[in-house]
Amino acid sequence: MAKYKKNKDGLAAAGFLTPTLIIFGTFILFPVFFSFYLSFQNWNAFSWEGSFVGFDNYTRMVQTKEFWDVLKNTLIYTIGTVPLNMIVSLMIAYGLNQKLKGKKFLRTLFFAPVVVSPVAAALIWRWLYDPNFGLINYSLGAVGIDAINWLNDPSAAMFALIGMGVWKTFGTNMVLFAAGLNAIPESYYEAATIDGAGAWSKFWNITIPLLSPTTFFIMVMSMIGSFQVFDIVYVLTSGGPLGSTKVLVFYIYEYAFKFTGEMGYASAVSYTLFALLFILTMVQVKFLKNKTAA
Amino acid sequence: MQKRDKKYKYLNISKSVLIHILMYSLAILTIMPFIWMILTSVKDMSEIFVYPPQWFPKEIKFQNYIDAFNAAPFGTFYLNSLIVAFSVTLGQLVTCSMAAYAFARLEFKGRDIIFYIFLGTMMIPANVTMIPTYIVLSTFGLIDSLYSLIIPGLASAFGTFLLRQFFMTIPKELEEAAYIDGASKWQVLMRVIIPLSKPALATLAIFTFMGVFNDFIWALICINSEELKTVQLGLATFRDKYLTQWDLLMAGSVTATLPILIIFFVAQKYFIQGITLSGLKE
Repeated sequence: MAKYKKNKDGLAAAGFLTPTLIIFGTFILFPVFFSFYLSFQNWNAFSWEGSFVGFDNYTRMVQTKEFWDVLKNTLIYTIGTVPLNMIVSLMIAYGLNQKLKGKKFLRTLFFAPVVVSPVAAALIWRWLYDPNFGLINYSLGAVGIDAINWLNDPSAAMFALIGMGVWKTFGTNMVLFAAGLNAIPESYYEAATIDGAGAWSKFWNITIPLLSPTTFFIMVMSMIGSFQVFDIVYVLTSGGPLGSTKVLVFYIYEYAFKFTGEMGYASAVSYTLFALLFILTMVQVKFLKNKTAA
Repeated sequence: MQKRDKKYKYLNISKSVLIHILMYSLAILTIMPFIWMILTSVKDMSEIFVYPPQWFPKEIKFQNYIDAFNAAPFGTFYLNSLIVAFSVTLGQLVTCSMAAYAFARLEFKGRDIIFYIFLGTMMIPANVTMIPTYIVLSTFGLIDSLYSLIIPGLASAFGTFLLRQFFMTIPKELEEAAYIDGASKWQVLMRVIIPLSKPALATLAIFTFMGVFNDFIWALICINSEELKTVQLGLATFRDKYLTQWDLLMAGSVTATLPILIIFFVAQKYFIQGITLSGLKE
């Protein structure tokens, strides 16, 4: 950005920025601070009033078993989706980078799950996961695997959620990986070919290292996304069975809007989530800085 | 030597065939849920609850769609979704262009700081601002109205950033000519910058429209009245009522996914651009 001394367009700028600043001030900046304030309040949505309670909401949170269960579920979902998602999206992006007829058409198909509504997508998957008539159990049966009660068995529901989650989101990462792959100069591969390197060796020694900034970015963004999963949980499993798929945002939603209207407590949980995501983002910023410094 | 080349050629051809088979199979597998949704939506219940599953219905039953629309006011849901999505998209095109122009072209104190604060807000997760936003809206008595879905979306850091990056690439000489002719800053924005920025505006419009049309959690929180529900919220409540009525549920799902899928197939260039340009996710 160029340096300038004068404030010559100050008035015009105020005019151009006013609409955006009003909306932002009201619905982003104010809420960020107010949410922090609320997390120290015993704020109830029904009586519409609160009182200062210090760290009570936070101590209550760490003493509640359900909070830890929900955090654990969120972590399991993240650990289950992110690596799988990245492997699938990288493999497909790599495949699309080869000489291929109908590349654009294929990319369109792979990306389609990203654009459809999560609610409708989760409904489709409920039907696919149907224990008796679902396509998934039928396919598993064809290879000799017994029917699984995907959405009603507490030990299976998280797998069902992860499977659907990967399907719904891998397209975004595929596009990002494809852009990263395109940025690797063809000459590197040519030089390696002259040196007699095979496809595998080129993939491990050129593609993977040169792609690592993209990979890291995708990893952090995917983790941030999975930490906030809600829509598909709501429709696919409603957090059940027996709370086995209840994740953080679902928990916040329940406390603030569904049952008791305990917005103070819910704010404490959302601020905790915010802190976790902030740490993740900072790690990424730091990593990228190191990368560019090196 | 020649023999070896020939062998390599065959190897390459078979490798290429293999990649084609693999990629096309994976692509079909990816869209299989959609195909299954569409097929189920035109089947009779007697063909849905059968094992092993039947791929094609004996008779295409469009009646399912009529039944679904009779079971829930999907027409109204649609209208609500379209009102909200169009309002937010239009609003963002206006507010983001204005803000982006200020950040890209105007010189004023604190420009860079304001811009960086702006960028920083993109990292704030929506669920942190959710509860206070609800409280603000309800203070103004806007909960359970379409305004509660429109107003908070009328500005966007992502959109402002996207347009600013694009505006910066437009040569300044084009504007100078307009200034010499006595145009104001507003006129320059409207007559010079905007007409040159159609691809960026289209990307923003499509992304916003899709995001708003597919939004669920915010509608779930704000809307109670049946006649104000959006398609997504309506569909989710429809599920609670018709748990395993897959004919109706799939007909409803087709209605909720098809418009976006069609927009996507027609304008996929802009979707891909939006993601690669920013490296950002919804």
